[in-house]
Amino acid sequence: MTIGIVVFPGSNCDHDVHHVITAVSGGEARFLWHKDTDLSGISAVVLPGGFSYGDYLRCGAIARVSPIMGEVKRFAAQGRPVVGICNGFQVMVESGILPGALVRNRDLRFICQPQTLVVEQTDSPYTSGYAPGQVVNFPIAHADGNYSASPDTLRMLESEGRVAFRYAAADGTVSDATNPNGSAGNIAGIFGDTRNVLGLMPHPERNAEAALGDGAGRAFFDGLVAHLQGASA
Amino acid sequence: MSVYLNPDEPEVTAGLGAEFGLTADEYKTACEIVGRTPTWTELGIFSVMWSEHCSYKSSRVHLKRLPTEGPQVVLGPGENAGAVDIGDGLCAVFKMESHNHPSFIEPVQGAATGVGGILRDVFTMGARPVALLNSLRFGSLSRPQNRYLFSHVVEGISHYGNCVGVPTVGGEVYFNDIYNQNCLVNAMCVGIARSDRLFMGVAKGVGNPVMYVGAKTGRDGIHGATMASEEFGENEEKRPTVQVGDPFTEKLLIEACMELMAQDHIEGIQDMGAAGLTSSSCEMASRAGTGIEMILDDVPCREEGMTPYEMMLSESQERMLLVARPGHEDAVRAIFEKWDLEAAVVGKVTDDGMLRLKFQGNTVCEIPVHPLAEQAPRYERPMAVPEYLDALQAFDPHSLAEPKDFNEVLLALLAAPTIASKEWVFGQYDHMVQVNTEVPPGSDAAVLRIRDENGNDTGRHLAMTTDCNSRHCMLNPYTGAALAVAECARNIVASGGRPLGITDCMNFGNPERPDIMWQFAMAVEGISDACKALDAPVVSGNVSLYNETLGQGIYPTPTIGMVGIVENGRSPVTASFKDDGDIIVLVGTTADDLGGSEYLAVWHSREQGLPPQLDLTRARATNDAVLKLMDTGCVKSCHDLAEGGLAVALAESAIGGRIGCQVGIESNGLRRDEVLFSESPSRFILTVSPANRDVMTETLTESGVAFAELGWVRGDRIQMGIDRKLTVDVALAAAADTFKNSIAKTLEGGAGS
Repeated sequence: MTIGIVVFPGSNCDHDVHHVITAVSGGEARFLWHKDTDLSGISAVVLPGGFSYGDYLRCGAIARVSPIMGEVKRFAAQGRPVVGICNGFQVMVESGILPGALVRNRDLRFICQPQTLVVEQTDSPYTSGYAPGQVVNFPIAHADGNYSASPDTLRMLESEGRVAFRYAAADGTVSDATNPNGSAGNIAGIFGDTRNVLGLMPHPERNAEAALGDGAGRAFFDGLVAHLQGASA
Repeated sequence: MSVYLNPDEPEVTAGLGAEFGLTADEYKTACEIVGRTPTWTELGIFSVMWSEHCSYKSSRVHLKRLPTEGPQVVLGPGENAGAVDIGDGLCAVFKMESHNHPSFIEPVQGAATGVGGILRDVFTMGARPVALLNSLRFGSLSRPQNRYLFSHVVEGISHYGNCVGVPTVGGEVYFNDIYNQNCLVNAMCVGIARSDRLFMGVAKGVGNPVMYVGAKTGRDGIHGATMASEEFGENEEKRPTVQVGDPFTEKLLIEACMELMAQDHIEGIQDMGAAGLTSSSCEMASRAGTGIEMILDDVPCREEGMTPYEMMLSESQERMLLVARPGHEDAVRAIFEKWDLEAAVVGKVTDDGMLRLKFQGNTVCEIPVHPLAEQAPRYERPMAVPEYLDALQAFDPHSLAEPKDFNEVLLALLAAPTIASKEWVFGQYDHMVQVNTEVPPGSDAAVLRIRDENGNDTGRHLAMTTDCNSRHCMLNPYTGAALAVAECARNIVASGGRPLGITDCMNFGNPERPDIMWQFAMAVEGISDACKALDAPVVSGNVSLYNETLGQGIYPTPTIGMVGIVENGRSPVTASFKDDGDIIVLVGTTADDLGGSEYLAVWHSREQGLPPQLDLTRARATNDAVLKLMDTGCVKSCHDLAEGGLAVALAESAIGGRIGCQVGIESNGLRRDEVLFSESPSRFILTVSPANRDVMTETLTESGVAFAELGWVRGDRIQMGIDRKLTVDVALAAAADTFKNSIAKTLEGGAGS
């Protein structure tokens, strides 16, 4: 049940995710070089945060054509877990694994801050450890996290219950005032056609330990590790 | 072997030397060292190596007085960065460096490449960079040019630091019109390495291959070091001397170097910073007592037709020079190729002590390395006390009428950009990546957990901070510089740490002016005395002179960066008040120290008087007392007192904790503005729960430091009484709004103070 963490040139949250999966959630993880195309022995894939290929051209636009991404797309289509965090989410929308686009933040600046989110769906490997409507703090750190999609796509995401997380106030209220980057519908993370595929801008790995906060991000990785253990048992 | 004279290159004369910034004497010495007239390329090499920026020719005689030793020092000044022991066989490698001149010319790239350069100084030692800090100075935000410089410098730091994945965890920003024509951008990097795996910039082993790794060389930044060693004139176009940074390449370079250094392929390595290939090759050979021969045809170039002169003087970013072990060239190449970076053997280490450069079959440069690197001119420049100083110091703040409404004064101070929250700045910096940041920007010091090589918590924490109040330094450079060290130490102590060492970044005006040189010498003396008293030796540093435009120099700004350790099971402490009912204690004594204060500047528009008196023995005793109290585990918050004094410190702790306070202060004969806004050093406010009142009283009494219970954390107002008379009473929400939004409002409104 090894979790593969893809390392693109410019990935910079790869070690953070590795640390949380292994040292905090007790899972197994190894790095996958972006030029590799072999996912054998891998049970789930994480596309970590960072600045893949320097975010040149557009965030995620070059990583999309990295050799490993063809395999990752196939892996996701097989119904196996793939999660993209921050830059990983950007790579997923650029690759067409998830719909929509992540454009420049509303106020055009990079934002790094603690961020409260409301968990909308709990029937996934990543969110099973949370209660519906639970408010969690997953920090954000991005310049291009403003989720945009066509009205049809947004309607589809809403009607199919594919919005996983929304930017919210500490009491769970979702409003424009609690929207840090201008995302449509305060969307912070969405599922693919099935619950195995998730992309989100916030960083659960940055609040997975008591030293760094209330540790609310730990259940995200605990959930994934437990899901994989359950699947292999 | 004779040196080839290219007929297409200009003829070298003393006159040309002068255009390159060499004095007649320096030019003569250069001729003596090579034993003939230097070639065009050689002249360029002398000019950058002997620039103020690279040679420290005006400052060296003073810098040698700094204390650089202590049991905690793993590596003192002289290498790319210094290092202090942090336990478990690990050391913190750190340094601060200026990028003032380039940032004024092109703020985004100037600031970005400042960050890139300081990162390389740290990872070239084998340390993984874990934190960035920066210390910035601009003129008032009421001027459009300053708003432009400020916002673009922040953008440059933000983009570079965020992209390389090193958290920017702290720093400071001061605003004063003295920086209108010369902003300051000082960047500090902290890395962690195994003490037995530090890499040095040495060209060891005759015959060993010299390798060039990283990005290709272009025509950018040629003569950057020389530019940074001159004053600015009027309307000069200096842009071509500024380098362009690529944080993506830097990130690849970090990872490739970390991979390289985990194995045993190299003898020495150094980054190509100021004066690029020239200084890296000369310094590596000089340190090892060897020579270097390079075939410049093999240097990876970005552009066609680059000349030896251009290659040697280019300051293209993200490049390193290394000396590999024989037979390990392919292994080195494989690592850099994996990361899509250049790696080429460009020469070898020799035993003749020469820097010899070959190009298209000709020898184009042959200079004895040691004299070039070490016999740079050194000046004992004349010094004189500035004439204006007596009049400024003679000002007596008692001659001013006391304000009528202290609420207004407090709000004005909280809105002053130098004091106001820098959230607008650090909100643009990724300060959390690497998942170690326990105390983020906004408290006294940033604190990171220390993890070992396997990623496990060591139970210890690294505290770091930067500081310098240049107004204090202008009014008395000795005291001002000592105060900067002392405030850094208080920042570290307030966060639960013990100081380990400092790096200094000395920003001054034109050293050829006796009053500037006097400021410099006095500041070195002040740093030296404070470092000795506070047990924080200097392990690295940088000097930036000629921060001057049309004869107007900046205030002397000896920026201090300090690193400390939180250990013995102590947890990091923050400045924010925690719980309703906690007791607020003032540790230390308030004196009539309004001279040079932020209060005088903001409320009375005066930058005069004597800076606060600093008793270093008391400073040390106060720090030790606070740490001893922290050992009992009863300190819930701790904040050092600095700009704006007691009133601002209380307000900051209340705003940070989102809870008010009620305090009562005895004036002991001081005026009310002194009680509230005096900037006397060696003071802290801390809180304990009522249950720990006895422990607090007993511990502080035993330590023999002055302390007083002021009141309680309570409610939603900030209330301060003096001699039982309510003097300050503002709503917490109003204070917080003023403090947090002042900078953003000023920038958006396009005007203001």
